[in-house]
Amino acid sequence: MWEQIRVNKRNSVLLLGTMALALAGLGFVMGLAFGGPEGGFIGLIIATAVWLVLMLVSFAAGDQILLASSKAVPVTHEVHPQLFNVVEEMKIAANLPKMPKVYIINEASPNAFATGRSPETASVAVTAGLLAKLNRDELQGVIAHEMSHIVNRDILFVTLAGVMLGSIVLLSQVFLRGMLYGGMGSSRRYSSRSSSNQGGGQIVMVVIALIAAILAPIMAQLLYFALSRRREYLADAGAVRLTRYPEGLASALEKIAGDRTPLEAANKVTAPMYISLPFKGRKAAHLHSTHPPIEERIRILRNMSRGASFKDYSDAYSQTVGRASVIPAGEAKQAEPVELRQASAEGKRETGQRKQMRDVGDIMRKVSGFAFLTCACGIKMKVPPNFKGDQVKCPRCGRISSVHG
Amino acid sequence: MWPLIIVGGIILLVIMSLVGIFNALVRLRNQVDNAWSQIDVQLKRRHDLIPNLVETAKGYMQHERGTFESITKARSEAMGARTVDQASKAEGMLSDALSKFMLVVENYPDLKANQNFLSLQEELTSTENKIAFARQGYNDQVLFYNNKIQMFPSNVVAGMFNFTKREFFEIENAAEREVPKVSFS
Repeated sequence: MWEQIRVNKRNSVLLLGTMALALAGLGFVMGLAFGGPEGGFIGLIIATAVWLVLMLVSFAAGDQILLASSKAVPVTHEVHPQLFNVVEEMKIAANLPKMPKVYIINEASPNAFATGRSPETASVAVTAGLLAKLNRDELQGVIAHEMSHIVNRDILFVTLAGVMLGSIVLLSQVFLRGMLYGGMGSSRRYSSRSSSNQGGGQIVMVVIALIAAILAPIMAQLLYFALSRRREYLADAGAVRLTRYPEGLASALEKIAGDRTPLEAANKVTAPMYISLPFKGRKAAHLHSTHPPIEERIRILRNMSRGASFKDYSDAYSQTVGRASVIPAGEAKQAEPVELRQASAEGKRETGQRKQMRDVGDIMRKVSGFAFLTCACGIKMKVPPNFKGDQVKCPRCGRISSVHG
Repeated sequence: MWPLIIVGGIILLVIMSLVGIFNALVRLRNQVDNAWSQIDVQLKRRHDLIPNLVETAKGYMQHERGTFESITKARSEAMGARTVDQASKAEGMLSDALSKFMLVVENYPDLKANQNFLSLQEELTSTENKIAFARQGYNDQVLFYNNKIQMFPSNVVAGMFNFTKREFFEIENAAEREVPKVSFS
């Protein structure tokens, strides 16, 4: 596990460094295009300033921003005891120093993500749909996958890379808009002041800047995607290592892949954080997706029949994909015997479609603060949080029950 | 002048790396201790949960007196255990009794509909898992720690400051070794 963290840290530094260079270069070229020779440094300074501000903000509150933009609500043990217990189980298995904060997103589409700066400040968010559709073993697999992201420090990487990508996209957007609406005017003003041969250089710079502004975000995104795919495999391997039960995660992924409900709260920047990409049925998703095809991840997990160590995952990977493994070599060599376990009793429980729909509704209501009352005749009543009175009348038998108590 | 600075620099570098290795060892040892205490916390939690569970289930399951008796007996033995050996035996017995109980529960649909029992069952399942995962986590930490104190160069520092190897923790599980007995009494 240590080597994995080290490789991850090196890749993160590499990626962030490359992105910083791209950002600085972009600023420089744009400055040149806008303001001539001295403009290059002004552009550089502006780019650095934008990056610094975004970096500071994301370090201080990046996880909070991501959670808020996904409309995640913090929950306690009472709202969903099973989710809380499963997170705590995985926290113990992964030996995390602190229990991550648990959030629920009020959406029917099954998905989950983790965020935070370090294992001490991590948060895990799952959707209500995930809770209703998965059984205990499957939920454990998904949470273990998110825990592996926390242990491998992927959460910091995703947050920082997201910020970098965001600032590159932002800068090039501003530049391209500026070129379209006001940029041409300002450069003409500049060239009228200068001699004619400098004006020629100016146009070349503008062309270079245009190309850079278009290419930089694409390149940055491609790089980010390439490194993110590896992280997903690693997190899958880590999840199996934690739960000792590959089938749990495999069938969870199957259920998530089979679901066609789109996730409303996800956008382009937050999408790579989720366990499965939130945009379904888009062709482009295959080309430069941050996640490996979900069917392939399932097949690899199902091919793990001998054990749950990183070596077993690595073997299953080469067997399934036919390429060399994604697991760092030193990790894959360690042939520690890690036994697989059987499905738990509750893991076998399956629920029907209608019950699942009702469960999604119940979880959402609980998260938004509804009170649940059971009348003496057995009927369950859901009282909204803005209900003013102290008592409700049962719609079936007419008995009066108190809301508080 | 220059040779002095170079020698001083090298000495400083060696001292700094020694300090780094020492701190890493201490951190790993603390993680092992912390993982050990996690197991204790969960075992205690299981002991606390059982009386509630038995109380709730008793009303529904009059014909399962033997099951309850074996749970209660294993619990009091586990709580009274003095040595690690005794404890691991008694905890193993308790695990067996509880998993038998969970199987029997399947025959009582009324009990399975009881909201209070369901939440107790979830807590118990989770505690059983937490015990297993705490053990797994402890053994992982011991592996890291033992690797570190055996590998160069950290083994030198470990030898100097008396960092000793830790043992893995295995709970004795009677059910996994014994052939199930069938009795018709």
